[in-house]
Amino acid sequence: MTEADLKSRVDALIRPQQVHRDVYTSPEVYALEMRHLFRNVWVYIGHDSQTPNKGDYITAQIGDQPLLMVRHTDNEIHVLYNRCPHKGTKIVIDKAGNTGKFFRCPYHAWSFKTDGCLLAIPLKKGYEGTGLEETEASHGLAPVGAMMNYRGFIFARLAPEGIGFEEFFGDSLSSLDNMVDRSPEGKLTVAGAPLRYMHKCNWKMLVENQTDTCHPMVAHESSAGTAVKIWEEMEKPEGTPTPAAMEIIAPFMSPYEFFENMGIRTWPNGHGHTGVHHSIHSAYSDIPGYLDAMVAAYGEERANAILGENRHNTVYFPNIMIKGPIQQLRNFIPLGPDKTLVESWIFALDGAPSELTARTAMYNRMINAPTSMVGHDDLEMYERAQEGLMADGLEWVNIQRLYEDGEDFSEEAVLNGTTERQMRNQFDAWKRFMIGGAA
Amino acid sequence: MNRDEVIDFIHDEAWMLDEGQYHDWLNLWLPNAVYWMPLNWNQQDPVNETSLLHEDNFMLRLRIERLHGARTFSQKPKSRCHHVLNRPRILELTEDSARVATKMHYVETRLDEQQLLALTVTHDLKATPEGIRIAGKRVDILNCDAAFGNIQLLP
Repeated sequence: MTEADLKSRVDALIRPQQVHRDVYTSPEVYALEMRHLFRNVWVYIGHDSQTPNKGDYITAQIGDQPLLMVRHTDNEIHVLYNRCPHKGTKIVIDKAGNTGKFFRCPYHAWSFKTDGCLLAIPLKKGYEGTGLEETEASHGLAPVGAMMNYRGFIFARLAPEGIGFEEFFGDSLSSLDNMVDRSPEGKLTVAGAPLRYMHKCNWKMLVENQTDTCHPMVAHESSAGTAVKIWEEMEKPEGTPTPAAMEIIAPFMSPYEFFENMGIRTWPNGHGHTGVHHSIHSAYSDIPGYLDAMVAAYGEERANAILGENRHNTVYFPNIMIKGPIQQLRNFIPLGPDKTLVESWIFALDGAPSELTARTAMYNRMINAPTSMVGHDDLEMYERAQEGLMADGLEWVNIQRLYEDGEDFSEEAVLNGTTERQMRNQFDAWKRFMIGGAA
Repeated sequence: MNRDEVIDFIHDEAWMLDEGQYHDWLNLWLPNAVYWMPLNWNQQDPVNETSLLHEDNFMLRLRIERLHGARTFSQKPKSRCHHVLNRPRILELTEDSARVATKMHYVETRLDEQQLLALTVTHDLKATPEGIRIAGKRVDILNCDAAFGNIQLLP
C-alpha cells in the first residue's frame, strides 16, 4: 500500500462527527493500526518500580510487537525487542524476572548484555569468515526506536524517527505529574499484580469509554444504583459513616448535571481528561496523616494545589488511562480487531499512609475486575456493540455530541463535561499518526 | 460441630449457589465475614493489593440484589453455575469451629459460552445457636493470574 493509498483509506474512515465502523471491526484496518499507528506514537511499556534491581526485566508489547524492558548494569532502563537475533526465539516469556548480568537464549545459548549487545556465541569459530558482522544477528537484541523514563513511567516509540516525547504529550503530562506529586517523596511503587480482563471488543471502545460521561448513570444503574438503594434502605444508627465501598460506587449514579459541570479538557495529539473542576473522586474521606505528610514535603500552598486537582480519567493516546487521585493506570492492549486485554494497575504513594493504597485496591477490584459488577455492566455494552456493528444497515458510529464547526484539535480546550470532543480528538490523532504523524 | 455436619454444610452451601438460593445463602454468613478471591497465587495481602473479590456482607448483598435488577443487562439472559466438589479436607475441627479446604470444579455458563475454573475453597466455620455459619471463605482459582472474561456468579 502506497502512502497515498493509505492516506485515502484512512481519510475515508473518519468524518468530523462520525467514524466508519471499519475502525472497530475490520481486520485490515487493525493490521494497519499495528503497522503504522502503534509504530509512530509513544506507547506505555511499564513502571520502573517493576524492575527495581539490575537485571530485572518484564515482558511487554507495543501493538503486536513482543518487547522486554530491563534494568541494565548502569541502572538505566532499556526497551528491546523480545526476539533472539539468531532464530527468533523469545528471550524471556514470564511476566517478570531477573536475568542477572546477561540474557541467554534458551535455544542455542547466544548471550546478550542487558543493553541488548551481543555478548557471546557458543562455538563461534563456525562463523569465522562468514560475514556475521554484516548481518542483523551480530547486533544483538534490537532496541526500540526511542524510549523515555518520565518520572518512573516508561514509554517507547518503535519508529526510529518520529515525534518527540515532549512534543507528543505536551501539557497532558500535568496529569502524570499530579499523580506522582501526590507522593510526599515524589515517587510511586507498583502495588501487587494487575487485574487482567479479556474483552471481546476493539481496543478503541475501551479508550473512548474513559471520557464517555453519559453512560455511568445508565449502564451502571444495576450496580451503583442498587448500592445506593440498599444503603438508603438499610437500618443504621444516626451518623453511621459512609463505608469506603459506598464512597467509591455511589458517585457513578451522579446526575447528568454533575458530569456536565465536571468539564473535559482536550490536548493535542489525542490526549484529554474528564474532571476539570471536580470528579467522582472529589468527595473521598480524608485519610489521617496524609495531608500532614504532604504539607511537610511541599508546604501548605503547594500541597493543597496538588490535592485540589481531582481529575477523573486522563487518556494518553493511544491506549492508556490514568486516575491521578487514586494512582491507577489502565492499559488497553490490542490483541485483535475484536479482542483487547485490559490490565489495571495500582500504585502506592511512597511516604504516604497505606490506607490510600487500600482504597485504591478496593476501587480496582470493585470497578475493573473480571469479577466486578461495574466491569460486567461495561463489558456487556462493548461486546453488544462489537456484535451490533456487524449490521450492514448502518455503517457509521456517531461521535458528535456538542460538536462545533471548525474544531481545532491542535489547541487545548476546556468544555462541557458531556462533550464527545475527546473522542473526536482521539480520531484526529488516529488519522494523523496512521500516516506518520504529519499534520 | 462434627465431621459429618461440616461436610454436609460445605455441600449445601455450593448447592444453594447452583440453585440460585441466594437469600438463604446470604443468611449463612456471619456479620463480619469476608469472601476473598485472591488475584495472585499464594497472595498474602488482601487489603493493599488488588484481589478479584474481597467482599463483606454489604457487597455480597449488593451483588445478589444486582443479579435480579430490572436493568442488569449483563444478566439478560441470566448466567447459571455448577459446582462439583471433591471430598472436603478438614484442617481443624473443634466443638464450635472448623477450617476446611475443598477442591472444586466450577462451571459458569451464559448464552453459548461456558467456562471451567478449578478452585481450592477454604472455609472458616463457626457453630451458632442457628446452626453452622461462615466466618470467612477464601476461593483460590488455579489460574487466578490468567486473563478472564466475565465471571458473573459466585465460584
